[in-house]
This record gives sequence, structure tokens and C-alpha cells, in this order.
Amino acid sequence: MAKLYSKKALANSKMLPKKETINFILNYSKALQIVKVGNMNFELLAN
Amino acid sequence: MATTNQIPDALLVKNYIAGDENALALLIKRHQSKIYGFIYSKMSDRDVADDIFQDTFIKVIKTLKSNSYNEEGKFLPWVMRISHNLIVDHYRKNKKMPMLRETEEFSIFTILADSSLNVEGKMITDVIEKDLQKIVEELPADQKEVLMMRIYQDLSFNEIAEQTGVSINTALGRMRYALLNLRKVIEKNNIILTN
Repeated sequence: MAKLYSKKALANSKMLPKKETINFILNYSKALQIVKVGNMNFELLAN
Repeated sequence: MATTNQIPDALLVKNYIAGDENALALLIKRHQSKIYGFIYSKMSDRDVADDIFQDTFIKVIKTLKSNSYNEEGKFLPWVMRISHNLIVDHYRKNKKMPMLRETEEFSIFTILADSSLNVEGKMITDVIEKDLQKIVEELPADQKEVLMMRIYQDLSFNEIAEQTGVSINTALGRMRYALLNLRKVIEKNNIILTN
């Protein structure tokens, strides 16, 4: 039987962001706290 | 999954603002494909697309947590707008300082050249310099002196005039004759002094 030399498609058909990116966003969200004092916003990052 | 899909975006956003971190995970899961696909369609570089995706959600999180989000039932278009603005920013920044990456079609060496001479170039330069030195040696002493001071010592004509004890006009005249004589000798002997 003839060999198949065609490669498997390297690109994923469904484009999704990397898992690390999603994890970073979720962790960032958990760590971030915004405190409003008067007109100002203070960002507190618990990391 | 069916139950989570029934929760509208607006309610998830409200829950997230109230402190439910899970709501954000659901929102990302629901829309990541569309948002990432949109960014990737404009960037065609996975790493950059990931960066912009991440920056988009950092902005979303900051806006939601600081209570400045105005819910009008348009979560996805709002996020898309943020990512669109970030893409525009990215291109603007890149225009000023483009990032180039080596690919199959593009080699970094097409724009980055090694300015130092190769062996052949060095040999030719050596020969030219030797020829030139020989011709300069043939010049009358006063002309040679001015030429050496001007070209090799990089002195101004004022300084040359001072050091040789002649007027500046004489120094200028000697330089002029030195160059004319050099040219004459070069033309007469058919010497090629170019690389």
C-alpha cells in the first residue's frame, strides 16, 4: 500500500488562547482589588 | 453546560461585580473563541494575540471591579471594542518601533548588514592606501605637510597656518595645489583608487 506522506494539519482549527493566558487572567482577577476613595481608584494586587 | 449557557451575560457580569470569580471564568469560556479569533485574524501571531487577549481582559477586570461598567446588555461587543482598540494601539506602537521576527520568507540579515569589509575588500583597501601613500610622498614638502595635517591629523586651516607659520590663505593654497597635483598623478598613471 502506498505510503501517505501528507502531514497532519499543525494548526488547530479552533483558535483558543493558551491555557496559561486564561489562568493568568483568572488569577489576576482574584488578586486584584480596587478601592475607591473619593475620585481616585486604588488598585491592590495581592501577589 | 446547558444550564450555564442559559445564564445571560448581564447576570454573570453582575455576579462577578458582586464577587463571584467563577462568573468571569464562565464569561471567558463562553466568549474566548470569538474574541481570540477576532484578535488572531488581525495579528496572525499567536504570542501577540495572546498578549492582546490578556490585556483585553485585564482592562475588562479593572473596569468591572472599579464599577465603571455600564451594563446595556452588550458585554461581548464591549470586550470586542476593547480588543480592537488594543490592536490599533499595538500597530501604532509597532510602527514607531517595529518588531521583526525571522521567518522562512524573511531573513533578518536582509536589513541587518555586517558593515566591516570582507577579506577581498580589506586587501583592496590596503592596496589603495599604499598607492595613495606613495603618491603623497611624491608631493612637494610644503604641500605634503598641509595635506597630512588636514587629512590625517584633522586640523583646521587656522591651526595649520599657526603651526607652519604661514598665513591661512597660503595654507589653503597649498592644500589646493596638493589636491590638484594628486589628481594629476592619478590621472597620468591611470591609478584606480576606488573599492
